[in-house]
Amino acid sequence: MAELTAVLASTHHPFYLKATTAPPEERIPQADEWKRKVEAYRETLTAAEPDILVMVGADHFHQFFLDNYPTFMIGKQNKYDATFYNEEREFGIPKYVLEGDVAFSNFMHQGLLDRGFDFSFSHELKIDHSIICPIITVRPDADLPVVPIYTNIFAPPLPSPKRFWDLGRAIRQVIDEYPTDKNIAAIGTGHLSLELGGPRQFGEHGPDPEFDRQAIEWLSTGNIDAILENVTHESMSGAGNATHGFMDLILMMGIAGPENADYVDQLDLYHTREMFMTWYPNKNGRQAAAAEQSAAVSGGTAGPVTAKVGVTA
Amino acid sequence: MSKYYVNKFLYTVDRDPRWVARYKEDPARALADWEKDVGIWLNDVEKTSWVSFTDEERQALINQDYVWLFENGAHFFLSLTLFVAVFEEDYTREHGPLSFQREFARKLDHWLGKDYPSVAL
Repeated sequence: MAELTAVLASTHHPFYLKATTAPPEERIPQADEWKRKVEAYRETLTAAEPDILVMVGADHFHQFFLDNYPTFMIGKQNKYDATFYNEEREFGIPKYVLEGDVAFSNFMHQGLLDRGFDFSFSHELKIDHSIICPIITVRPDADLPVVPIYTNIFAPPLPSPKRFWDLGRAIRQVIDEYPTDKNIAAIGTGHLSLELGGPRQFGEHGPDPEFDRQAIEWLSTGNIDAILENVTHESMSGAGNATHGFMDLILMMGIAGPENADYVDQLDLYHTREMFMTWYPNKNGRQAAAAEQSAAVSGGTAGPVTAKVGVTA
Repeated sequence: MSKYYVNKFLYTVDRDPRWVARYKEDPARALADWEKDVGIWLNDVEKTSWVSFTDEERQALINQDYVWLFENGAHFFLSLTLFVAVFEEDYTREHGPLSFQREFARKLDHWLGKDYPSVAL
C-alpha cells in the first residue's frame, strides 16, 4: 500500500516569487526572512521523499465561473498546464506544465465517490496559483506527478467546515488504500484571515491577527473539536471576507488526522500572515531531523504551538 | 440587480488582455461593445437571451466605481483583480507600490466593523 509520508498545509501568497526575486532595492524588508523560512519549509517536504503529490487548492475564477462552479473537483489528466494570463500579469508567476497521474486520479475519484463525495471532474483542467504557489515554494523543480483536488471556498453557498474535515479524512483513507510502493505527500494551501477587495485589505498585518494565532494553535494541535465549535462561515467573514480559504487548511488537517503537527512556522507580513505546517504520519529519523533543522533555520518549531506567540504547546 | 451579469463582465474582461486594454482606454465604449459581443455569449453558437444590466449597474461599470460594486455585492475577488489591472500601474508610478490597493481599502472604510454586502447570488 501507499505510504503517506507528509502532509503540508500552508497559506499561499502569490507575491512570494516577485517579492524574493526583485532587485534588492525594490524588495520588501521581510523578503530575505521570507525566503529563508520558505526554503526551510521546503526541506520538510524533501525529507518525506515523495513520489506523487496530492494537491489541494481552489480555482480563483480562472477556469471556473458562476455559470458552472464545482464544489469539489478532481483533475484526471496526464499533464496540466498552469498559470493564467491574469496571474502572470498581477503576480509575475510563470507558466508550468505539471505531470499528472491518471491511475491515481481515477482511484482517488472512485474512492471518494464510494465514501459519499460526489466529485465533479475535469479532463482539461488548467491549474491556478493555489497549486502553483506551493510548487514554487516547496517543489520548485516541479518534477513530480500531481493529483489536483479543487474545493469551493469562494463562491457561496460553501460547504461547511465539517464537510472539509470529513473530505480530508476520506482522502486519507483513499491514499492509505492505494496499491503502490510509492511515497505520497499531500500538499494543500488556503488562508488564515484574509481580506480581498474590502476595507481591511493590504494593511500592515492580516485583518485578524488574533484569529490567525488561534487558528495556528488549532491546526498544529489537531484540535478539530475547537475548530468545529468556533469556526463558522460567519465567524470567518468576521475575520476577513476571504478567510474561507481556511477550510482548505482544515481539509489538510483532516488528511493528517487529529494529531500534533511536526513542524510549524509563520511570518507576519503586510496583508496576511504566512503559515507553514507539516505533519509526518509515520515520522522517521530523517524527517525528525529535518523538522529540527528547519526549525533552527526558520525560527519555527518542530512541534505544535499555542496561540501565545512563540510558546510550544 | 443582476449580480451574475456584473460578475460575468468583471470575469470575462479580467481574463483577456485585449478587453482589459479596451476597458482602461474607454470604459463606456468597451461596455457597449462587451454587451453586444461577449455578454450574451454562451458558446460559439449559443446565446443567452435574458441577461442584461440595470441602468445603475451599467453606470457603475462605466464609472469604474468599485465602491458601488462592493456595496451591491459584486464578487470581491473579481472587482479587486480587474481594477488592479486598470489602475495599479499608474498609481504605482505616481504614488508607489500598493498605493491603489490601499486607496481602494480606504474608500470602503465606512464598512469597517459592519457586515459586508453578500456576494451570494
